[in-house]
Amino acid sequence: MACATCSTRAWRGNADIGMTATLLLDVRDLRVRLETARGPADALRGVSFSLRRGETLGLIGESGCGKSMTALALLGLLPQGARISGSIRFAGQELVGLDEAAMSPLRGNRIAMVFQEPMTALNPLHTVGAQVAEPLRVHQAKSRAAARAEALRLLDRVRLPQAAQRLDAYPHQLSGGQRQRVGLAMALACAPDLLVADEPTTALDVTIQGEILDLIAELVRESGMALLLISHDLGVMARSVSRLLVMYGGTIVESGPTPAVFSRLAHPYTRGLFGARPRLGAARGTRLATIPGRVPELTDLPAGCGFAQRCAWAVDACRAAPPPLVAVVAALSPVDSGTEHAARCLRLAELGAPTA
Amino acid sequence: MSTAPGFIARMWHHRSFVLGAALVALLAASALLSLAWTPYPAREIDIPNKLLPPGAAHWLGTDSLGRDIVSLLLVGARASIAVGVIAVGIGITFGVALGLLAAARRGWVEEAVMRLADFTFAFPALLTAIMLTAIYGPGLLTSIVAIGIFNIPVFARITRGAANSIWAREFVLAARACGKGAARITFEHVLPNIASLLIVQATIQFAIAILAEAALSYLGLGTQPPTPSWGRMLNEAQTLLFQAPQLAIWPGLAIALSVLGLNLMGDGLRDLLDPRLARQR
Repeated sequence: MACATCSTRAWRGNADIGMTATLLLDVRDLRVRLETARGPADALRGVSFSLRRGETLGLIGESGCGKSMTALALLGLLPQGARISGSIRFAGQELVGLDEAAMSPLRGNRIAMVFQEPMTALNPLHTVGAQVAEPLRVHQAKSRAAARAEALRLLDRVRLPQAAQRLDAYPHQLSGGQRQRVGLAMALACAPDLLVADEPTTALDVTIQGEILDLIAELVRESGMALLLISHDLGVMARSVSRLLVMYGGTIVESGPTPAVFSRLAHPYTRGLFGARPRLGAARGTRLATIPGRVPELTDLPAGCGFAQRCAWAVDACRAAPPPLVAVVAALSPVDSGTEHAARCLRLAELGAPTA
Repeated sequence: MSTAPGFIARMWHHRSFVLGAALVALLAASALLSLAWTPYPAREIDIPNKLLPPGAAHWLGTDSLGRDIVSLLLVGARASIAVGVIAVGIGITFGVALGLLAAARRGWVEEAVMRLADFTFAFPALLTAIMLTAIYGPGLLTSIVAIGIFNIPVFARITRGAANSIWAREFVLAARACGKGAARITFEHVLPNIASLLIVQATIQFAIAILAEAALSYLGLGTQPPTPSWGRMLNEAQTLLFQAPQLAIWPGLAIALSVLGLNLMGDGLRDLLDPRLARQR
């Protein structure tokens, strides 16, 4: 049933947030173009978001939608030949266009990253202690002994069991969860302002996932750093972040406070993502819902809405031009989030409440 | 905890490595021994006692000028080792540096280094040696330099290929995300991860260098008389091949055993330095 009270109005941008002193990261119209064998691919097509100090933000979407590219752009680690435009302001400093010499002091120091696969993200030939100590030796010019002592403190903080003995262990002697704790300790070494976690629990088994997520949440709370968590897992997002960005085809299709996004599912793609998750207690024989079609090729993105080809609600106007980001205002919604909840869809009003 | 005791234990259990290392040790020992002692002075000509068969006085006999074969072989090992060490040293120093630079900088630097390697490769090693000989005259030093030049592109290519694969690994991305620069990543992450490959390649190139020196000396382009070398011994044995075949057999055997030893040791090292195999224990 269509919800008559849902109305849309033009999204003003979050200038009101931008005025506050606590703004840490402000990304505006970020575009990344990669040169591929099949021609130029637009990996990011105008991504804008902002992050306050201590805030937790989730970035969700399926493979190839630009999540990891966004993370790499923040650290200035885009692949060779990538062209970047737009603006990334980090603590007032513009990062787009910075050279290696200017970028290196930020990496691992003020912006740190945790990687998906903790085995490959650690050098197999260096001991755990040496690797955790590395950022300290790079950025704080600590002596070997001082860095080692600090590494032990960090490993204790991420609750690596028997941290003192494990300082001289090699990565292959640790389990996946333990390695990810080491990766977290490395990221935390210089007390960064922003932690970028790119699918930090995807490679771990489910029981360990929860432990690592709780640990990340605890560390974020204690240290007051901001978190950008990248995942394709809705469950991970629900327990970890206060605000959520839904990405599709190199753009943000929906953004808002996590409870608002979860309760309203404004964009058809978000709705599809929720419909496609497996559920306990579903009737036997129920087929898992899928989103028909597949992610569009980045080299051949449609002119209009990237999701139009796969969307049951798409009309001609959707295919003509990229839809603007509009605020989702739902008087009947249990969560009142004002203008912070927005989606890039022309048909928000007609879509109504999710039927799930 | 250190992996060193485990490594030594595994080394002793690797049969072909032990055999190869023993042969290489024999080669090194011969060269060292020749500095202190040889049965006879290696260059002493003794025409009345020429072409003696193996016996009590001359264990492996004498050559056409009455020189003691054992003494010649011991002293000749020096030339082989000198060529191997210096030529491989030249190749590693310049080749590895160029390869690491190419992998770290990519773009036109990589392109230039690799095309330079192709260019050097386009000249056969022997032709390079003949060219250098024509300019600087024949001698041990000229042949060492010629073989060394030939080794540079070999190491440059291997280093660049291996380094590129390390640069693509996630832990390098993680190191960059830690704020490390290209130089630091090259020496702390890339080089240690390709070192085992380079060590193995070094033993193979060492063997090739010994063969190349023998070939050059055999052609008269390498070591000049009266300096003994295995290649020269083969060269001198050629004219008497039917009257005294043993003169060709002894240096031939010395070359073959040295090359075999180095190759076995190289293969063994490749197994021993492979961390995946180390992990199984």
